[in-house]
Amino acid sequence: MTTVLQVNNLQVTYYTDSGRARALDGVNLTLNSGEKLGLVGESGSGKSTMALAMMRMIKLPGRIEGGQVIVDGNDLMALSEEEMLNARLSEITYIPQGAMNSLNPVMRIGAQMVDAIKAHDSKSSKSAIEERCMEALESVDLGRNVFRMFAHELSGGMKQRVCIAIGILLKPSVIIADEPTSALDVVTQRQVMETIDRVQKDIGCAVILIGHDMGLMCQFVDKVAVMYAGRLAEVSTVRQMFSDPKHPYAQALISSLPSLENKGVFHGIPGLAPSLLRLPSGCTFHPRCPHVMEVCKTTVPALRTVPGGAQVACHLYPEKA
Amino acid sequence: MTTIAISQPRVQQRSRMGQIFRYLRRNKSLAVGIFIIFLLIAFTVIGLLTISPSKAYPLQAASKKPPSLKYPLGTDFFGRNLYAAMAVGMWQTALIGVLAGAIGTMIGVVLGFTSAYFGGPLDAAIKGICQILTPIPGFLIQVIIAGSIDKRSVTIYTMAFIVVLLAWMGPTLVIRSQVLTMKERQFVSVAKLSGVGPMGIIFGEIMPNLLPFIAAAFVGQVFYSIFASFYLAVLGLGPLREPLLGNIIWSANGQGAFFNGWWWWPIEPAVAMILILGSLALINIGLDEVANPRVRKAE
Amino acid sequence: MAFARLLIRRLLFLLVVIWAASTITFFVPRLSPRNPVRERFAALARSGGFSPTDLEKIIAAYNTKFGFDKPLWRQYTDYVGSLARLDLGLSANQYPKTVIQLIQESLPWTITLLLTTTILSFIIGNLLGAVAAWPRAPNWLRSIATPFMLLQGVPPIILAVLLLFFLGFKLKLAPLGGAYSIGVIPHFSATFVWDLFKHQILPALSLIFGSVGGWVLSMRGMGVTIQGEDYVIFAEHKGLHGFTIFRDYFLRNALLPQVTGLALALGSVITSGILVEGVFGLPGLGSVLGAAIQSNDFLVIYGIVLFITVSVATMMVIVELLYPLLDPRIRV
Repeated sequence: MTTVLQVNNLQVTYYTDSGRARALDGVNLTLNSGEKLGLVGESGSGKSTMALAMMRMIKLPGRIEGGQVIVDGNDLMALSEEEMLNARLSEITYIPQGAMNSLNPVMRIGAQMVDAIKAHDSKSSKSAIEERCMEALESVDLGRNVFRMFAHELSGGMKQRVCIAIGILLKPSVIIADEPTSALDVVTQRQVMETIDRVQKDIGCAVILIGHDMGLMCQFVDKVAVMYAGRLAEVSTVRQMFSDPKHPYAQALISSLPSLENKGVFHGIPGLAPSLLRLPSGCTFHPRCPHVMEVCKTTVPALRTVPGGAQVACHLYPEKA
Repeated sequence: MTTIAISQPRVQQRSRMGQIFRYLRRNKSLAVGIFIIFLLIAFTVIGLLTISPSKAYPLQAASKKPPSLKYPLGTDFFGRNLYAAMAVGMWQTALIGVLAGAIGTMIGVVLGFTSAYFGGPLDAAIKGICQILTPIPGFLIQVIIAGSIDKRSVTIYTMAFIVVLLAWMGPTLVIRSQVLTMKERQFVSVAKLSGVGPMGIIFGEIMPNLLPFIAAAFVGQVFYSIFASFYLAVLGLGPLREPLLGNIIWSANGQGAFFNGWWWWPIEPAVAMILILGSLALINIGLDEVANPRVRKAE
Repeated sequence: MAFARLLIRRLLFLLVVIWAASTITFFVPRLSPRNPVRERFAALARSGGFSPTDLEKIIAAYNTKFGFDKPLWRQYTDYVGSLARLDLGLSANQYPKTVIQLIQESLPWTITLLLTTTILSFIIGNLLGAVAAWPRAPNWLRSIATPFMLLQGVPPIILAVLLLFFLGFKLKLAPLGGAYSIGVIPHFSATFVWDLFKHQILPALSLIFGSVGGWVLSMRGMGVTIQGEDYVIFAEHKGLHGFTIFRDYFLRNALLPQVTGLALALGSVITSGILVEGVFGLPGLGSVLGAAIQSNDFLVIYGIVLFITVSVATMMVIVELLYPLLDPRIRV
């Protein structure tokens, strides 16, 4: 097991008309090769910002204020613009959320794959590049004929597969898939997830899966990270997360999931998600937390490993494991 | 609680004036456009107050005099005092523009509204006529109409009428498509479900949301009407006696003003026309930013 | 098969447009109860210029065209019939030339000028507008578009007057008018071609400056939407170079609606072209139309108007039929 991705103290701020919004506030994360991590949280908790920040694709009025994103030993934040262009797709890949509209409607699928390879590799011959594209299409269960087709001739699931095929063209070390199954029907969702699962095994990369659907996601990932208001609340294995969540927010999230035992009883999480413009002091979850203590209102809890191996950012758990 | 409720509107009103100014500072094209319009209005009003409009007609001054203290904007070949002519001409141009613009917009709103709101064969007919008329260059039809009327009987009002005849399709199609999308919006369905009648929906729900589009259509129509009447006048199809801006250019061209060195004669109405149409274009761009916030984002 | 159906539908539409235009040109002149057409025709004849026999012939042609002695429906069917035979009648002013002959003589001038200026301003305007909407373009490049957007409201004919004054009259950089220098006999040589070109510069500049702004404005509006589309964002995620994304993902998509816009703009393109031709005295359709208006040469006016209408409508249909070649989503 080697560490392929290490995120250190990543910070992103949006400078809006109504003030500064801290969208990402010191996120730390480590991922080993072959590991699959699910990133969950409410809308606006910073999941997509995290993905974009790792790709260095935060646009104004947002800014990456600091931190490191180390992929295979290289800090992406230290690269030049030109080097970063090269790192996208070859080191770290992003599979977009809106796959329905992520393909250029006026270019053939093949052309959109070829230009991606050519941007990183100017030496290979045309036929070699085309062959690589065909293989990528086949590896996501699409026919070679898709190469000559247009986006509007494909179904939603096929378009998402094409995006995955583009994502793995250069065999990256890290794949970030941002809600890859939203807008797909349930059967297609499962097929797409299985495809991601298989290509991940093929090229042995690490995967970060961003999503709302805890049920679907947890069948495919090894670890789950729960995000709240721009910080990680808890990172633990799927088993730990579901059987014994530590952070009060993670507990609330898990107990709000429907199950056969508590059928008909809906547990929401009391209170509203905080505005990023006016974050509560200390632990940002404290106004909604059932176990709130004095220290929570003043001190930000750090993410630390607790007995059992989970990483939790909460004052309920002792300083040292 | 009540004191707060009473004092609130007053506070809001004051801040709204401030808001408009602050918005205008950000929306520069709207601000500059409105500023130029004010300048033009000031020129016209001062002109009409300080010099008799009768000086705008032939044989009222020494002819072919360049701008001087006596004739601030010079005189033309026919002995018109161009200062008076420009003031009267701007007034007439504005009159045609606003008149034809208002009527065209009104027809457009009514037709677009009925077409979209009631649908059916009426909609098909209105849409069909608009589609068939669109590829026909309206200006050429106006040339035919204006050319068929006895030139002596052409007045400012006939000009406005001719322009309106072919100027209602644009606003009709715009308003129609806007009403069509609004009909499907949630707030209309909610109003329908809560038992609001068709009149209530039209004037209570759809009209207020349509106002920015009507305002934009009106500015666009004024722009188009001034454009069209100017073109007709430049071709010599306007009311020949009147000092309409296009007429001044037409007569200057006809007398070979540049070849003879009377440069001020065609240049003055040309500059005035640029200011009029330029300010309207700026206002249109500015209103577009109000109606379409996405353009704003690109700034 | 679907294409055949589209073709038939568009051709039918074209026929309806032609019919509507010709019907308007037929009925409008007779809406006036005083029938000024005939009055002025007689006045024109009285003022002289052509012999009585010629006058008889013109009036005969005029009567077959408008045949005031026949019932209205008969006049109308006769008129439509003559149009179907491409017979637009005779010119009163340049008898015995037919209206068709006049159009044939002047058309090449108009086509050359309008084709060049329209293509140039479409390309320049759309590039500037696209750059103005492209957030990653350098600021100085994006700001080039602004002065053109301000020119958008200015009619080309006014630009023509101003250019004529500053470049032609004051600075003497270009000739003041005409198609070629006075006294030169048209022949094929480098000097003559250069002479022709010099006389086209100012008209072309007025038309280009007058229309670039419109393209800039609509392209910028379109581009602002396209630059936020998912496929542009995904292209960035692929690590493509900025220029590749701009050309293949952004521009190609933003241009599609502009092509439709080009079809819709043809009418105003021809209108301003005609007026500018008049200002510079180029021997194109515009000057012929202007002269016809001055001399009340009605059949020429109606003929040119009808001809332009039909050409514009035809070009619109052609653009519409070619559009599927550009947009694979509509390809059949």
